Amino acid sequence: MKPIKVLLAKPGLDGHDQGAKIVVRALMDAGFEVIYTGLRQTPEAVARISLEEDVDVIALSSMAGSHLHFCQKLKPLLEADGLADKLWLIGGSLPQQDHAALRELGFKGIFPTGSKLDAIVDYIRQNVKDGVK
Amino acid sequence: MNERAKPELKPVVNESGIEVNPLYTEEDVEKSGGYDMVGLPGEYPFTRGIHRLMYRKQPWTMRQYAGFGNPAETNQRFKYLIANGQTGLNVAFDLPTQIGLDSDDPLAEGEIGRVGMSVDTLRDFEVAFDGIDLNKITVSLTINGAAAILIAMYLAMAEKRGYDLKQLRGTAQNDILKEFIGRGTWVYPVEPSIKLVGDTIEYCATHAPRYSPVSVCGYHIRESGATPAQEMAYAFCIAKAYADEALKRGLSIDEFAGRLSYNFNIFGNIFEQVCKFRAGRSLWAKIMKEEYGAQKPGSMWLRMIAGGGGGGLTFEQPEVNIVRGAYYALISALSGAQTMALCSYDEAYTIPTEYSARISLRTMQVLIEEMGLTETADPLAGSYYVETMTNQMRDKIVQIMAETDAEGGIVKLVSEGIIQARVSAQAYRMQRDIESGRFPKVGVNRYRNEREEDHPVEFHPYKEEDARVQIERLKQVRTERDQSKVDQALARVRQDAQAGANLMPAIVEAVKAYASVGEITHEMVKVYGRYKEPIRF
Repeated sequence: MKPIKVLLAKPGLDGHDQGAKIVVRALMDAGFEVIYTGLRQTPEAVARISLEEDVDVIALSSMAGSHLHFCQKLKPLLEADGLADKLWLIGGSLPQQDHAALRELGFKGIFPTGSKLDAIVDYIRQNVKDGVK
Repeated sequence: MNERAKPELKPVVNESGIEVNPLYTEEDVEKSGGYDMVGLPGEYPFTRGIHRLMYRKQPWTMRQYAGFGNPAETNQRFKYLIANGQTGLNVAFDLPTQIGLDSDDPLAEGEIGRVGMSVDTLRDFEVAFDGIDLNKITVSLTINGAAAILIAMYLAMAEKRGYDLKQLRGTAQNDILKEFIGRGTWVYPVEPSIKLVGDTIEYCATHAPRYSPVSVCGYHIRESGATPAQEMAYAFCIAKAYADEALKRGLSIDEFAGRLSYNFNIFGNIFEQVCKFRAGRSLWAKIMKEEYGAQKPGSMWLRMIAGGGGGGLTFEQPEVNIVRGAYYALISALSGAQTMALCSYDEAYTIPTEYSARISLRTMQVLIEEMGLTETADPLAGSYYVETMTNQMRDKIVQIMAETDAEGGIVKLVSEGIIQARVSAQAYRMQRDIESGRFPKVGVNRYRNEREEDHPVEFHPYKEEDARVQIERLKQVRTERDQSKVDQALARVRQDAQAGANLMPAIVEAVKAYASVGEITHEMVKVYGRYKEPIRF
C-alpha cells in the first residue's frame, strides 16, 4: 500500500517556517510521504510540484497575512493542472473572517493557529479520496 | 538537606536541561563554582549589569516593534508611540523590502505594507522619519537580508537632515546567520551574506562609530525551537563569526566590539531566563577579554534588547497574554536589559493595533513607575538559587558552544541546515508536549474555556490602497531622479561586488541617487547569486 503523499508549501514571501516544519514532522510520524518545499513558493511552483510529484494532498502554511491573495492565484492553476480532486489544506495565521472565503476557494481543510497536530493527521486520513491509492 | 532524595518528588528539569532543586543553600552555590563571577555592576565580568547604577541612572529604552502600510502611515504610528512615552523606535519592514524587492516587483504583489512598512527609496525614509528627532529617539531597523542597503539609507537620510554621522546612534538587526535558522529573510548565499555584515561593521566603525550595525539575535533561534541555553550559545557563536569577519578587515577588536549588540527572548521560566542573561553577560565579557584580547570595557559589554516573548503567547484566551507579557517584562527588568519591547497580546491574530501596542507600552511603564524595579541594580544577586543557576547556565552555554565548534562551527552547521533541523525537532517535541499537556500552558492544555468566546481582538486593517500609493511613489521617484547618476552608481555596486571590495560606499552612493532597494539588490544578486535553502529533517 502506498503511503499518502502530501506537499507542504510555504507560499509567498513569509519566512515563518517553524509551524510548517512541525507539521511536516507530524505528518512523517503518521507515516505519510511529505514533500516540503521550503520558503518563497509562487503559485506556479506549488502547482508544478503538486503535478510532478503526483501528491494526494496540497497543503499551505501561511503566517504573514497574504493567504487569500495567494489562494486566489493558486486555485485556477491547480484546476488547470487537473488537481481539483486533490485534498487542499491551509494552516497558519488565518483569521476567522477569512475561512469562508478560503473554503470557497477550494481549501476544504482550514487549520488556524491553535489547531492540534493529530487533528490535521486525522483529517487527511479521513479525507484523502479512496483511502489510499 | 537534599529534598531531591525523597522518592515522592519528581525531578524538575528546566528547558535548558538543568535540574532544579526544591531548595538551594550556600553549599549549592559553592558546588556550582561559587561567587567568583558575581562581581559588581559596571565591573568585569559584568554578571550584575554593564553599568554601575543601571536603571537608577536611566531606565531601559522602550522600543515597541512598529511599522505597516506606507511610510506616511508608519510615521503617524511612530509619533503616536512617542506621544505615549515610547523612547526608541523599532522599525518593521514589509516582506518585499526585507528580501530586496521593489513594490512593483510581481513577487511583491499582495505583500506590500502587510507586515511592516514598505520602503523602496531614500524618499520613503525621508517621509517615515519626518519630524522625529534622531538624537532623542534612537531608531532600530529590523532588517537583515537587505540590511546593507537600509543602513546606507538611514545614514544618508540622517546626513541629509544635518545630523553628524560621527554622533548618530541607532541599530540595525543585520544578523543574517539567524535568518537562515529562523525568520527567513535571506537573499544571498551564506558566504557573501557574512561578507556584507563585515562590510557594514567596517564601514560604520569609520563613518558612524556610534551606530550599532549588528544586533545578534538569539531571539528568533529560540522562537524556532532552541532552548534558552542554546539561544545564547548559538548567538555567541554567530557574533564570533561576525567579529572574525571584521578582524579580517584589519580592524582591532576595540574598534568595533563596543557597537555589537544583542537581541534575546524572554518567555519561559523566570529564573532560568534571568540566570541566562546574567550568565551570558559574564561569559561574553570573558570571551571578548580572554579570546579576543579586548581592552575597553565597552567591548566586553553584552548590550541587549531583551523582549518579545512571542513564542510563549497563546492563541487561546488572548487577553491572558497581557498577564504573560507583564511577567516577561519583569524578567527583562530583572535581567538588566538596555532595551525592552513586548509582543502585544493579539500578535497570534494580527499586527498590533494602537490599542494593543499601548497596553504593551503601559506594561513597561508600570514596571518603571510603580514597581520599584529601577531603584537598585541586579536585585536578585546573592540568591542561592539565582547564583547557582547562573553558574550552571554559564557552564551549559559554554558546553553548547564547544560542541558547536567541535561539529565544524556555526557557519558550517547553518549552511548545511543542521542547526535548523535540530531546533525544529525540538520545536516539534515541545508542540507534542503542549498538546499532550506534559508542558503546561494555561488556557491551552488546562483551564480551557468550555466554549471559546469570541476573542476580543480587533484586527489591524490591511489596505490594498497602500500598495497602489507606494507603487505610484516609486514611479514618481524614478521619473524625478537623475537616471545617469543611478546607472553609474548601480554599475559601481556591481563592480565593487565583483572586486570583493567593501560594498558600503557604493551602496551609499546608490541610495543617495535614489536607486531603489530592488535595483541595488538586483546588481548584488548578479554577482553573489541567491541562497538555496537546505531542506533537512
